[in-house]
Amino acid sequence: MSSKRKAPPSAAAADPPRRTGRRQQRIAATVLLTPFTALLIAVFLIPVGYAIYLSLFSEDHEGLGFGGGRTVFTGLRSYLSVLQDPSFLSGFGTIALYCVIFVPLVVISSLALALVLDSGLIRLRRTAQMLVYLPHAVPGIIAAVIWLYLYTPGLSPVIKLFAQADITIDFLGLHTVLPSIVNIALWSGLGYNMIIFYAALQALPREVIEAATIDGAGGIRTALQVKVPIVRASVVLVCMFSLIGALQLFTEPMLMNQATPMVNSRFTPNMYIYDAAFRRNNYGLASAASVILLIVTCVLSYAVTRWSGRRERRVG
Amino acid sequence: MTTTTPTTAVNTAGGPPARPLGKPFGRSRLTSRGIANAVVLIAALYTMLPALWLVLASTKNADALFGSDIFSLGDFSFARNLSDLFSMDGGLYGEWYVNSLLYAVVGALVGSLISVSAGYAFDKYEFRHKEKLFGLVLTGVMVPPTVLALPLYLVASNVGMVNTFWAVFIPVLFNPFGVYLARLLSSGYVPNEVLEASRMDGAGELQTYFRVSLRMLGPGFVTVFLFQLTAIWNNFFLPMVMLSDQHLYPLSLGLYTWNSAATVSPEYYPLVVIGSLLAVVPLIAAFVLLQRYWKSGLTAGSVK
Repeated sequence: MSSKRKAPPSAAAADPPRRTGRRQQRIAATVLLTPFTALLIAVFLIPVGYAIYLSLFSEDHEGLGFGGGRTVFTGLRSYLSVLQDPSFLSGFGTIALYCVIFVPLVVISSLALALVLDSGLIRLRRTAQMLVYLPHAVPGIIAAVIWLYLYTPGLSPVIKLFAQADITIDFLGLHTVLPSIVNIALWSGLGYNMIIFYAALQALPREVIEAATIDGAGGIRTALQVKVPIVRASVVLVCMFSLIGALQLFTEPMLMNQATPMVNSRFTPNMYIYDAAFRRNNYGLASAASVILLIVTCVLSYAVTRWSGRRERRVG
Repeated sequence: MTTTTPTTAVNTAGGPPARPLGKPFGRSRLTSRGIANAVVLIAALYTMLPALWLVLASTKNADALFGSDIFSLGDFSFARNLSDLFSMDGGLYGEWYVNSLLYAVVGALVGSLISVSAGYAFDKYEFRHKEKLFGLVLTGVMVPPTVLALPLYLVASNVGMVNTFWAVFIPVLFNPFGVYLARLLSSGYVPNEVLEASRMDGAGELQTYFRVSLRMLGPGFVTVFLFQLTAIWNNFFLPMVMLSDQHLYPLSLGLYTWNSAATVSPEYYPLVVIGSLLAVVPLIAAFVLLQRYWKSGLTAGSVK
């Protein structure tokens, strides 16, 4: 892999000299682009290509794995077994359910917060923004550790507090574990999404809002009827990022997996891939699952980008 | 960004003077002001209380963590926890910290330079297949790093690089979003007239880039750097897949391992808590010190 990170080539200099300026520019472009292009090839195109290749082949480990065994072409068999595996499909089911809870929750709460901050009624606005944003700077694994401990009986002051009121609460039960994971994501993402909405609101011409106010619209009506429609593009953007982020869910459930049997080792597609590759040592299966996840992710983000582009054109 | 903000008479210290614009003139101003502030207060409590818990819990030893009231100050073992943290398992935590700094700081520096150079080239130069190549960049933006982790492992194991420093360091340099952002910022920050003037003066293209353009791209560079620093510091799936040698672990993976050890031997709990606290510090510091840069990055990324 390291051989791919070649130094900027001097081969371009051997081109027949035309106008010096043009040539110089071509050389500069080559020099500036080569490191990135090398990375693009080495850590993006080759791995994806290799995963596709591996997903079509499978290793026969008859000789106890000595000498790597024979590689045989199996066509789409890995894909079929992945797609027929209920634990892979249930991973997507988990993600779908997670999205149903998470996406509306994060969009509504961060948009509401941005609108309130934009209303001009808030004391210490900048401090408040900073405090709400802060969790976004906390690494995912650490956010998960903090909340996992707040969910763990014995450790959690929250559970102790409820216990004093004679309420038993189980954050890691069958029906509560997914909302508990959603909560971690909400905690991390609230401030980030709020800033995106807030920035979009700030871009609104103040005259529009003044006009609405002069027309007699109250603060809440201005917010809902004037501001929200204009930041629609940002809403789509946040939904898109949330959906794609949800498909990648790995860190939080992986940590939960250590604490509760309600999160099994194939809880999400990414956990399925990890499980297939490193617990079951089935690279063909893991590659096929990776390729499927890659395709689903790309189709989704492409579709949402196209949809939002069309919509913006129609509105604008 | 802040100068166009309507602000109320009671504002943060140092904020711009009061400019009453776009305020609701309803009869119940006081009520709506109260409700609005309450909403923000609740949000701030929601985000800050868990962080506060982490700070308080880092002062407790294992018994106190499970036993007493978290807000009591009876037991204060912060210093003890700290020394335990760095002595446990032969000082592994310190190694993880250094590794994380190497992966994240050096990786983000090199990576940002690569991305910004590429973005600049996309903006300022014409070359064959330019838009096709940029299409690949955009595809890269759409593909999240976790999806690439297993394919990367398969390639790395083929070339014998699994479980080495480079297995984590090289992939994290790849930052297509940085290229996209840098192209955007380059067209905004570096006027073409500057390049023309520099060419008139007889400066070479690369000389112009390193001496003039890169300096003008400074704020953009910091933005790309910050985004990448955060991403690498948070990286978990890739090191988990690539590394088995604990001495190569970054903090995220190390804390994960200790957390799983804690389910068996609870003396690890206080260490995971205080270790998590220390692991957050560099990012918080970077964000507070470089606030204006991430704001410009966020708005560039979202408003397009």
